Amino acid sequence: MIEVRGISKRYREELVLRDITTALPTGKMVAFIGGNGAGKSTMLNIICRLIEPTGGTVRVDGRELKEWPSRELARVLTILGQSLHTPARLTVEELVAFGRFPHSGGRLTEADRRKIREALDFTGIWDLRARFLDELSGGQRQMAYIAMAIAQDTRYIFLDEPLNNLDMSRAVRIMKLLGRLVREREKTIYIVIHDINFVSFYADYVVALRKGVLCRQGPAEEMIRPEVLRAVYDMDIAIEPYGGKQFCVYYE
Amino acid sequence: MPDLSGHERGRRFLPVFPTLCLLAAVLALVYLFQGITAETWDYSLHRRVPIVIALALVGTAVGVSSVVFQTITANYILTPSVMGLDNLYVFLQTLVLCLAGGSQLAVMHSPLYFMMSLLLMVFVSTGIFFYMFRGQNGGNVYFVVLVGMIFGVAFGGLSNFMQVLIDPSEFAVLEGRLFASFNRVNEELLLAAFLVILAALACLAFDLRNLDALTLGRSAAIALGVNYKWLVLRSLVIVALLSSASTVLVGPVTFLGILIVSIARALLPTYRHAALLPGAALVGMCSLTFGMLFTERWLNFSVPLSVIVNFAGGIYFIYLIMRIKRI
Repeated sequence: MIEVRGISKRYREELVLRDITTALPTGKMVAFIGGNGAGKSTMLNIICRLIEPTGGTVRVDGRELKEWPSRELARVLTILGQSLHTPARLTVEELVAFGRFPHSGGRLTEADRRKIREALDFTGIWDLRARFLDELSGGQRQMAYIAMAIAQDTRYIFLDEPLNNLDMSRAVRIMKLLGRLVREREKTIYIVIHDINFVSFYADYVVALRKGVLCRQGPAEEMIRPEVLRAVYDMDIAIEPYGGKQFCVYYE
Repeated sequence: MPDLSGHERGRRFLPVFPTLCLLAAVLALVYLFQGITAETWDYSLHRRVPIVIALALVGTAVGVSSVVFQTITANYILTPSVMGLDNLYVFLQTLVLCLAGGSQLAVMHSPLYFMMSLLLMVFVSTGIFFYMFRGQNGGNVYFVVLVGMIFGVAFGGLSNFMQVLIDPSEFAVLEGRLFASFNRVNEELLLAAFLVILAALACLAFDLRNLDALTLGRSAAIALGVNYKWLVLRSLVIVALLSSASTVLVGPVTFLGILIVSIARALLPTYRHAALLPGAALVGMCSLTFGMLFTERWLNFSVPLSVIVNFAGGIYFIYLIMRIKRI
């Protein structure tokens, strides 16, 4: 359970998050939506201790962030940031092996190797395991980093816009994979997505931010509605039923 | 399911180490005994032994500190000396000397004076580092390189200025001893520098795997449970100590680190610091000893080693800077 109490973040004079208090559900695919600069990434980064909030606290499983030893927290929660880059030449397998770092501190055990194999297999990049990261396409690299997060085997996985710059088929494949993680492995996924239709088709729960304020949250079917989306995005979005799902039309 | 491929890849690097060790030993022996005769035995060895030790120490310190610095800045172009740490040390050394008012040789070469400069160096360099890498600017290679170069030049100029303030006749005496170079190794502080380097390496040994994780960048390292701030602070202190130790022995050599690290990375294409750090140290020893042999025996001291190193390293550095554009 992740609880956020009164967090705010100020960059110079600008308040990018204002006094957000909420509890995030578990065992679901939770999507964070909102326009550019709404504070989605900032909120994720604060929860995952990548940036310090100007005020407020975050509790993970009842313990405040500061009370968690860093290594121990890394076995419970992980985040995949937006810029995935390393100057070092790593193979896919070496990258995925880093996922076991919080568990074994870099000395791989047989159990670690099994987890690495499973993660490579689960993400469908087993054949790429000996390739260097800089030889891969953007989508393949993204998949390798997701495999690292899976190998880390945490209850909570945060992803900051993992679909950026991916083609449609790759994006769909990643969303299906994340959905399987929630259903088959009882993970909780918190994900920032810009394309509202991916939210509508794959998310169970939606948290909407607007200009640094939490404007609404709830189950996806209650959130994918014209009046809610209007309040979040400041635009009219038509919603059409499509095979039991809601399809959002925002192109005109 | 077939097994992971990791093991074979690791083994491929192994022959590199014996080769480098052998090369380092051979070069050191050639340097020590080449052209020596029964009459010159005492004199030559007396001169050459401290130089070989100093070269080994400097090679290790520069190689190791450069690799660590590149890891904590997530940047394979920067080294401590490119960022002006060498010049900073010379500046602080001069500052301490001026403030202490002791322009006697005894003060300069006492370990106490060395320790005072070291302490100052650790504080000032970590302060500058945190100032430079805070916020958005840390991600901007050009900004960091530019500021580092300016700092380096500024510190060089400041130390010159302070040296001018010293009484000219005293300075004439001091000059020879104050500025170490490859041809004028600071032998008095060989032991002190050795101890500092040894302590720094011992501390690093505990952080090898944490540094490996840091290769993935700040965010990923934190997500993997690395205590980022402390690790970076610890590593920076170590880098400052190593840079100071090498500077006190042979003076600043701006582009030495970039050459050593690039050769080491080419020989050992791995992210593992357990291999990279000893590799860089050995490459440092080999290249310095070879360079020394080259300038001393074949060029007959006509060109100082640091000039050659900076010439080659500088060109290589320009090449690296031009290459960033394509990434």
